Amino acid sequence: MNLYGVRAIYAYEMARTGRTLFQSIVSPVISTSLYFIVFGAAIGSRITQINGVSYGSFIVPGLIMLMLLTQSVTNASFGIYFPRFVGTIYEILSAPISSFEIVLGYVGAAATKSIILGLIILATSGFFVPIHIEHPAWMLAFLVLTAVSFSLLGFILGLWADGFEKLQIVPLLIITPLTFLGGTFYSTSVLPPFWRTVTLFNPLVYLISGFRWSFFGVADVNVGLSLTMTLAFLAVCLAIVWWFFKTGYRLKN
Amino acid sequence: MRAMTSAISIAQLDKTYASGFQALKNINLDIRHGEIFALLGPNGAGKTTLISIICGIVRPSSGTVSVDGHDIIADYRAARALIGLVPQELTTDAFETPPATMRFSRGLFGLPPNPGYIEKVLKQLSLWDKRDAKIRMLSGGMKRRLMIAKALAHEPRILFLDEPTAGVDVELRKDMWQLVRELRASGVTIILTTHYIEEAEEMADRVGVINRGEIILVEEKAELMRKMGKKQLRLELREPITVVPSTLAGYKLSLGNSGKELIYNYDTKSEHTGITTLLDELRHAGIKFKDLQTTQSSLEDIFVGLVHQNSGVAR
Repeated sequence: MNLYGVRAIYAYEMARTGRTLFQSIVSPVISTSLYFIVFGAAIGSRITQINGVSYGSFIVPGLIMLMLLTQSVTNASFGIYFPRFVGTIYEILSAPISSFEIVLGYVGAAATKSIILGLIILATSGFFVPIHIEHPAWMLAFLVLTAVSFSLLGFILGLWADGFEKLQIVPLLIITPLTFLGGTFYSTSVLPPFWRTVTLFNPLVYLISGFRWSFFGVADVNVGLSLTMTLAFLAVCLAIVWWFFKTGYRLKN
Repeated sequence: MRAMTSAISIAQLDKTYASGFQALKNINLDIRHGEIFALLGPNGAGKTTLISIICGIVRPSSGTVSVDGHDIIADYRAARALIGLVPQELTTDAFETPPATMRFSRGLFGLPPNPGYIEKVLKQLSLWDKRDAKIRMLSGGMKRRLMIAKALAHEPRILFLDEPTAGVDVELRKDMWQLVRELRASGVTIILTTHYIEEAEEMADRVGVINRGEIILVEEKAELMRKMGKKQLRLELREPITVVPSTLAGYKLSLGNSGKELIYNYDTKSEHTGITTLLDELRHAGIKFKDLQTTQSSLEDIFVGLVHQNSGVAR
């Protein structure tokens, strides 16, 4: 195993976060604070409780997920797309490093950044609402699994995209809408039966629900199903990445 | 064992891109340890594709390539660890410093940090003074030297230089040539692609010519230079002639432009080019000319000639 190679990619990507600190860390924290002000303070004052949890606290897991998903995809996609765009990818492809090790470096760094960001948002939330985590181990497990899965999705996007526009399409037009429609700011149980059924086709419902369960012990869908769906999504992403490298798609042809 | 294997051995290599374009056709080539091998060819001949396959950037459609006996696919780690690549394009990071980007390159190739070695290479390439500068602040020549430094970061035994002096000024070009000689002296095998004949003439031990995806010639440099030494003298006549006078038959002259030009092919490498005596004999024959020009066969001309002469693969 080329551990020095993995470390080189990982350290390079983490250093990029340092250089773009404002964009990577500060900007999402500011956005989250604004969500709290708008949804928590303004709208939350009109909503008493959801499933026995105050509205302000209820949206914390949803907000963390919203940032986690978009940042994982954005960071990982940019990480691999940029070397393709400027041409420095030649060095990665000509190095004695396996596909798995390349993915480990890029996805590991993107997931690490997202997890750090998730924890920062959690800490930021503490300034606005009381935070209580009923299952901390499961909370971390969902956080890590989701960060890794969506960093893999971002990596796939970064390999697939042949322009900056495509790079933006998935986070803006798919991830963000599905997150908003997946119960970030509400419980899907409050929806009419038809729309509740429709939301079950939204994979992000399971992630948000499972994550929220780890905080409050209540969930829109069964937590076992949430975990299964998260793992299934991870498996699908791994399979696609494996296929990309096996065929050399967008990399070696 | 080392003496038994070639630095690079290529057998029956083909590459057809997804678009259907066949970039390489049945390439067979052996590069010897410690030599400087120049791969010549016009743009689009397949030079970069060939290098990219050897280095692992492009997948071959069929055929085999081994680097010091290591297959580039089955044993890719060992094969790639031996190779350093300086690509044609100036593709560097913008915000890193030279030592940082070299550390990255060295790490990618699985080696632990070695600040002393990185300092040595940067000094060798006159980049140490710029060690704290962001790469985007470096000049084009410095960036090109940095590309070489990155390729040397993992102490490769084989170095590919893809068009190393394209767009480079004369002084830097000479510096590059000197560096390549020093690397060869340290035992590094060098493969450079170029479409500058003088570069091959200056540097190479052997020369391979590639055209339209086929290796059409591999020869010692001296032999190729002899072939390429042919020049042409064109004399623009005052009065057109219909036949070449028999007294000039020994010069194998030909007529051009409806008899308005006399064309003489000669060899610059031979002891006597015959130009002086030809001009004397023209005067004796009463043939007057109003202008003259000499031209050297372009690489393209030579390729065309070689394609006709070598319908198969000449080795």
